[in-house]
Amino acid sequence: MSNAALAVAVTTFLASAVEAIEMVAIVAGVGVTRGWRASIAGAGGGLVVLAALVAVFGLALTAIPIGILRLVVGALLLIVGLNWLRKGIRRLAAQGMRGAGPGDPAQTDEDEVPRDRPDWTGFVLSFKGVLLEGLEVAFIVVTFGSTSNQLGVAVVAAAGALVLVAAVGLAIQPLVRRIPRSSLQLAVGLLLTSFGTFWAVEGIGVDWPGSDAAIVGLLALYVLVAAGYFAVERTGWRLSTVPRAVSD
Amino acid sequence: MLSAISAFGRFWYRFIVGDDWSIAAAVLLGLAVTYVLHRRASSAWWLMPAVVVVVLGVSLYRARLDQRRSTRS
Repeated sequence: MSNAALAVAVTTFLASAVEAIEMVAIVAGVGVTRGWRASIAGAGGGLVVLAALVAVFGLALTAIPIGILRLVVGALLLIVGLNWLRKGIRRLAAQGMRGAGPGDPAQTDEDEVPRDRPDWTGFVLSFKGVLLEGLEVAFIVVTFGSTSNQLGVAVVAAAGALVLVAAVGLAIQPLVRRIPRSSLQLAVGLLLTSFGTFWAVEGIGVDWPGSDAAIVGLLALYVLVAAGYFAVERTGWRLSTVPRAVSD
Repeated sequence: MLSAISAFGRFWYRFIVGDDWSIAAAVLLGLAVTYVLHRRASSAWWLMPAVVVVVLGVSLYRARLDQRRSTRS
């Protein structure tokens, strides 16, 4: 392998791995909180649409207005993520690690994952995550591969990154399943809110300080803020249950 | 047919807007202001994280008030 091909392979692999981590984080997060069937179906649907786009557009893929897509998907993920974050904080504050149960203040009909019909919420979340991240991987492949005339090497490197990250995600999935649902809802809410903020603002055309590393900064900020709000909610719940416990 | 369309609309409303409409409204308003700031060549990346911090706190506060009201009644 020539030096140029090696440089394309390493760059494409690393850049694609970053996008694949984001993709797997969303699919796994939706899988453990909403159910794997809907999450995998959504991911599969996203891959089918992605494959169709790649087949139709080919090297002209970069003509797709990624900014608008990032803005729309980011705004939706941000709204959904904030709703999950709010519910996760309230659940953990009210019921601790037991999560949802009778009398749960944050329990609503939409939280129920349907058993007798498709869970469209889980499907759409995974679908959007896979389609957007997959498109970004495709852009990376086309950009690096075609400009250096090493398209085949770029495709193989990106596919290797996707397979490796998906395998790691599958390997750690049994560990993730042991975490209570309320904590997972909060964690996935934090992830969706961080990615959503990043993509929506980037979709407008604003550059983040530190580029992709800003996602880690956003996540750290939101973890601190969620911890603060959790402490306030927890204190509120303790105060509101003391008189009831005394009167009982 | 009509019920299918209404169920489809309800799903998207619940999916996008969720429990608290003020979250969706604040996010859309925040993005609009970010766009305006960006067009005026001002630094705009900080606005949405600030909107997220404020709207989450307000939404939790509203939920706590609703909870108190429903407990009293």
